[in-house]
Amino acid sequence: MAIDPQLVAQIGLIVVVFHMLLASAAVLVYMERKVAAFIQQRYGPYLVGPRGLLQPIADIVKLMFKEELRPKAADTLLFYAAPILAATAAFAAFAVVPFGTETTLFGLLDEPIKLAVADVNVGLLVIFAVTSMGVYGIVLAGWASNSKYALLGGLRSTAQMISYEIAYGLSFAAVIMLAGSLSLREIVDGQQGYWFGFIPRWYIFLQPAGFLIYLIAGVAETNRAPFDFPEAEQELVAGYHTEYSSMSFALFFLAEYVNMVTVSAVATDLFLGGWHGPFLPEWLGWVWFLIKVFALLFFYIWMRWTLPRYRYDQLMEFGWKWLLPAAVLNLLVTAFVVVWQL
Amino acid sequence: METFFFWSFAAIAVTASVLVVGQRNPMYSVLLLILSFGALSGLYVLLRAPFVAAIQIIIYAGAIMVLFLFVVMLLNAPTETPPGEQPRRIGGAGPRRFGAVLSALLGIQLFWAISHIAQAPLPGDERGAPGVDVIGLRLFREYALAFEATTVLILVAMVGAIILARRER
Repeated sequence: MAIDPQLVAQIGLIVVVFHMLLASAAVLVYMERKVAAFIQQRYGPYLVGPRGLLQPIADIVKLMFKEELRPKAADTLLFYAAPILAATAAFAAFAVVPFGTETTLFGLLDEPIKLAVADVNVGLLVIFAVTSMGVYGIVLAGWASNSKYALLGGLRSTAQMISYEIAYGLSFAAVIMLAGSLSLREIVDGQQGYWFGFIPRWYIFLQPAGFLIYLIAGVAETNRAPFDFPEAEQELVAGYHTEYSSMSFALFFLAEYVNMVTVSAVATDLFLGGWHGPFLPEWLGWVWFLIKVFALLFFYIWMRWTLPRYRYDQLMEFGWKWLLPAAVLNLLVTAFVVVWQL
Repeated sequence: METFFFWSFAAIAVTASVLVVGQRNPMYSVLLLILSFGALSGLYVLLRAPFVAAIQIIIYAGAIMVLFLFVVMLLNAPTETPPGEQPRRIGGAGPRRFGAVLSALLGIQLFWAISHIAQAPLPGDERGAPGVDVIGLRLFREYALAFEATTVLILVAMVGAIILARRER
């Protein structure tokens, strides 16, 4: 049986993306601790390895050797399925995110492959669908633990994710109108070139409000501070993952970081021109992609250690009374401009 | 390869749907229904209709089932009576006869559909089902009235939900 080099390359790509996501979670843990330390005028991790670089590995080893605890009244099957579901949804969402142009890997392949795990023509909808599956991981964790703090955390996260999903989706829709496509690859390719020779044609300049709405809703979707109510420690101990320990807890942790990476990667593709950028040749576009994603991730971390947590009713009021109308308005204005070609 | 996927998705969808009715923990019923919707979405992908597949997940598995889950969780519905005990009869003779007629009708319908399967038109052509643009144009031109009627229906439901929620104050 002849081995199809195309297929081998595609499988290789999948393996690389999967491990890059795992690695990015480790990098983010280190980055978060170091940035937090910098903001709070501390040193942060510095004992394990040079400049504390091996700290994430020490953390992982610690988590692996911890005892796996389960409350007696918990629903065994769902208790163990929930973290798996959360992590699976987080990884699956990244599958349709393109991160570079087509490449032949220096002529190794006859036909170029696209730098994305799957090139789907309704990519944005798939991301939306898969992230909405991620809610189940958190809700089930809360319910299956059979603990009041966990249940409250789970309920909060569902309410929050459903509320902000609408604004999130509407900020997508404005970009879809501009690009005239649901395919992330086509959306990115619509952002090539420059205005007046130096301003890149990124949708962030056409959709500044949309970008802001996307960022805010994205923070709420990933349950990050200042919207981290599902795990507000003053009120709920640790929210939905109160009863989890060891690797099950690690899976939730992993899911949170991978979700952050996905939200940043999608923001890069939608608003920041994806892999297009000056100075670098086209085949090195993924470097630009990485730079932009990490800039957004840094922004995320920066925000977490700068802003205090909101109150839960403030979050709901903001989501429904301010963010959603703003998103609808943004969509209407965009529609007028697109239809009348202003 | 495609046949393999078809049969696995079909098997998952049927098994999960049977189990939704067949087992007694309402929480598991909801989850199995989600699984069944997921398998259906897989079948849509095999039919080369990725748009319908994505919408199936977003609307049914994502939005509607979350609400189901919410209700089941908040009511904390107990497990139904175990099979050993005498189950309570729901409704009198009238509703049960009505149910029998309904299921007989459904059975006839199913039989008719399966026996006429060879005459059924294939969905879409070789390139698969129409894309988002075609669906959108159809929806807002040919089916505009039905579409607008649905929006009114949803608005009514929304107003009703708000009134029901406010009454408790």
